[in-house]
Amino acid sequence: MSTLSKPMLEFKNVSVHYGAIEAIHDVSFQVRQGEIVTLIGANGAGKTTTLRAASGLVKVSRGSIEFRGKTISNLPPHEIVRNRIYQAPEGRGIFLNLSVEENLDLGAWAAPNKSTLKADLENAFELFPRLKERRKQNAGTLSGGEQQMLAIARALMGHPELLLLDEPSLGLAPQIIERIFEIVQKINQQGKTVLLVEQNALQALQIAHQGVVLETGKVLTQKSARELLASDEVRKAYLGE
Amino acid sequence: MIELIQHLVNGLSLGAIYALIALGYTMVFGVLQLINFAHGDVYMLGAFIGLYVSRHFALGDHPSLGNLIGVLVCAMIGCAIVGFLIERMAYRPLRKSSRINVLITAVGVSLFLEFSGQLLFGSDPKFFPQIYKPEGDWTLGALVINPLQVMVLGISLTLMALLQFVIFKTRLGRAMRAVSFNHDLASLMGIPTDRVISYTFMLGSALAGAAGVLVGLTYPKIEPLMGVMPGLKAFVAAVLGGVGNVVGAVVGAITLGLAEEFLVGYWSPNYRDALAFAILILILLFKPTGLFGAKRTEKV
Repeated sequence: MSTLSKPMLEFKNVSVHYGAIEAIHDVSFQVRQGEIVTLIGANGAGKTTTLRAASGLVKVSRGSIEFRGKTISNLPPHEIVRNRIYQAPEGRGIFLNLSVEENLDLGAWAAPNKSTLKADLENAFELFPRLKERRKQNAGTLSGGEQQMLAIARALMGHPELLLLDEPSLGLAPQIIERIFEIVQKINQQGKTVLLVEQNALQALQIAHQGVVLETGKVLTQKSARELLASDEVRKAYLGE
Repeated sequence: MIELIQHLVNGLSLGAIYALIALGYTMVFGVLQLINFAHGDVYMLGAFIGLYVSRHFALGDHPSLGNLIGVLVCAMIGCAIVGFLIERMAYRPLRKSSRINVLITAVGVSLFLEFSGQLLFGSDPKFFPQIYKPEGDWTLGALVINPLQVMVLGISLTLMALLQFVIFKTRLGRAMRAVSFNHDLASLMGIPTDRVISYTFMLGSALAGAAGVLVGLTYPKIEPLMGVMPGLKAFVAAVLGGVGNVVGAVVGAITLGLAEEFLVGYWSPNYRDALAFAILILILLFKPTGLFGAKRTEKV
């Protein structure tokens, strides 16, 4: 791991408990600016919990999470958002009771500059033309792929520096998954740092710079995506070979 | 025909009062999934705040519309503060507790307000001063309409329209709708959910306070337990409309007001209170989601 640039996001020995159950244990890893880092691992390995901790949705019981050197662990979620960390949550967490446009407006709730709202909307629609066609429609009427696109577009409305994506490929058809991954890559090339949780390890590693492998709540390893793709162990365990 | 119109006007103004109270139930349910059983007592406090403000400034001596509006504003602000305190002190500490704990707390808050009311104001009924007394009745042939009733209806509808505006056109309203959909998701947008919940309580309580003053004006005997029955009925109205649904609450309340008035007018006043509970039982048996509850559209 080259450590020329300082980490943007750093997990330092983080543990999270749900009651008596420890969901993640002593998790440490780093995300550097400009990278796509993917968290991979089996179901129940603690990937989503890790993201929820970064967003402040779950309390960290030990260790700390730092963003640009500042401790953000256990801040309320709406304060973490002010550090320009946005999450597109699992299961296409969008407001099904609101229209597409209202969803996007909510994404800009804590945006640093309200005057860019119009331009940001146009950018979102340029990235996801389908959403423009359906802007007045209720988000609940969108297809699964469109809902995922909306979740990502909404997260972008707040001008994130760090984008947290939780299983964007979940339950989607292969062509749509491919499209979503292309978009994630494009977003990254436009300068956004991405922390991507995926079960679809192969595709995630193909677009990522770094991979963090989680197993039963612990970090097994953090390596460059290329190394992970080449490693026999990882290929066997997570890439289904 | 004349009688029918008369009942229609009466039923509408009664329904409008229920609607003002039902809106608070339904908004709070929207953001917290909590039936705030203390809500009827906030309405009672609204009436008493109105009473004491009117007495203090001797507003009954020179009735005017300005007096009414001033008293309304005082009662609404007072009740908003009460609503804020109830949420902050009773419900917020239980945010992570099971719903049954919160529900029991709500009943406790309700009893607390009722009996503190008896202690503070005395349990005997008090007369609400006539702070607004429009001249004469409006007659249209044999039809006699009390302008006070029309004013009550007008003020209620104006407040409801204002609420609609807040919910659907403002930043706060958007945040309320987001919180009512999902707290975690709303907080990921940067919305301070606790603050939005506070505002929701304040808005709902302010409407209940307004209802208290309007009732004091039309049925001028007020006492500390006056909130129990209207509170329960407004709750029925909210369930009838589909609890959590703002438009449903208004429709449910107007329906209930009209139904009561027609029952009393054409059959017997003895069953007035039974009607609401019969409706509640029927709704829970046959359509527990309420009239507008089936599709989860605009919840606050």
